[in-house]
Amino acid sequence: MTMKDDLTATPTQVGTDQPELPIDKGGPDKDPPTDQSSTGKQLALGLLFGLTFGFLLQKGGVAKYHVLIGVLLLEDFTVIKVMLSAIVVGMIGVFGLYALGLVKLHIKPTRYAANILGGLMFGVGFAILSYCPGTGAAALGQGNFDALAGVLGLMAGSYLYAEASGMLGRTVLKWGDRGKLMLPELVRVTPAVFILVFASFLVFALVVLERFTIR
Amino acid sequence: MTRTALAGFALTLATPGLAVADSPGTDPLAYPGPAWSPYLVGALIGLLSMATFYFSDKPLGASTAYARLAGIVGKLFAPRHTESLKYYQDFKPKVDWEVMLVVGAVGGAFLAAWLCGELTGEWLPAMWTARFGEGSLALRLGVAFVGGGLMAFGARMAGGCTSGHGISGTMQLSVGSWVAVVSFFVGGIATALLMFRV
Repeated sequence: MTMKDDLTATPTQVGTDQPELPIDKGGPDKDPPTDQSSTGKQLALGLLFGLTFGFLLQKGGVAKYHVLIGVLLLEDFTVIKVMLSAIVVGMIGVFGLYALGLVKLHIKPTRYAANILGGLMFGVGFAILSYCPGTGAAALGQGNFDALAGVLGLMAGSYLYAEASGMLGRTVLKWGDRGKLMLPELVRVTPAVFILVFASFLVFALVVLERFTIR
Repeated sequence: MTRTALAGFALTLATPGLAVADSPGTDPLAYPGPAWSPYLVGALIGLLSMATFYFSDKPLGASTAYARLAGIVGKLFAPRHTESLKYYQDFKPKVDWEVMLVVGAVGGAFLAAWLCGELTGEWLPAMWTARFGEGSLALRLGVAFVGGGLMAFGARMAGGCTSGHGISGTMQLSVGSWVAVVSFFVGGIATALLMFRV
């Protein structure tokens, strides 16, 4: 599979309501039947990647309470700068590896109602706790002990969701379910073109942020 | 001016560390920023994502780990009930790659802070104290627990958190991830402004 074949191919079913790209978007959003994620090797790799991730989050300042609440107060833009830089590099890198046939994609499903309602709820909780699931682990590691209460809350909220998951799966998760919809499909261009334009736009956004924000 | 206020004023003079004028207060920019450039850290997280896809066939994500841990605890107390829940049929309560990722993140952040003398060792963040007072530990722990609970419920409904949607989902151009991230910030900004600026 070459990059040209894969990323510049025209969408199939052109002319239908929603042309789907010739991209393998990964399996359903649940544990695969042959799950390799609990083998000794993968557990060790998870720990190694986690050590790196936590190290980087701390160095990026995003394990600090005031940096995280600062972005929600629209005064400290460190979080946005970290996220957008990661997206630009990761987007080009992961799609590059995919085009070379070296990795599989894991596109998250688009379910408008659940994305919006769950997202808003997440946001409210994010402001109240001021750590998120990843940065909360990093905050705990750097010695912010209040993150412990957050960790317990995260576990409690997860279990509560599991209790409601049958009911929610029959209702909210079905509302506006569009499957593994991708941005290039929405605007009807090939992924290669989309990534080129979008990466440029995100870099421009970062330049503007650097120019006009104090931090 | 009451006697208490006078005493407070005297105490403030005697201990400059407590003086309101010396405290950075609720201005996040008055507190220390990141040790490294956020662009460098972001780019390295992007490279880390490529590595997790290549070596583990996994995108970076954190919130599912808490759900699996909660399921493990649930199985201790109510094994049959826990296993009967739809969510735990799709996502088994077990220690997996992502649980190890979160455990590792605690250790990695400890190393980073320890090596550079940035360990905090505090129960109350300074900016929280500036807003809610020295004696607000119970409030902070209660609020952190509730906030964590709301966040986890929301993350599960939305299908991911600031890592799974915010970094991994967005970089794979998932429409749902971009919708979720915008919703995270809309809910978060409104709540943070209510907490700190009203």
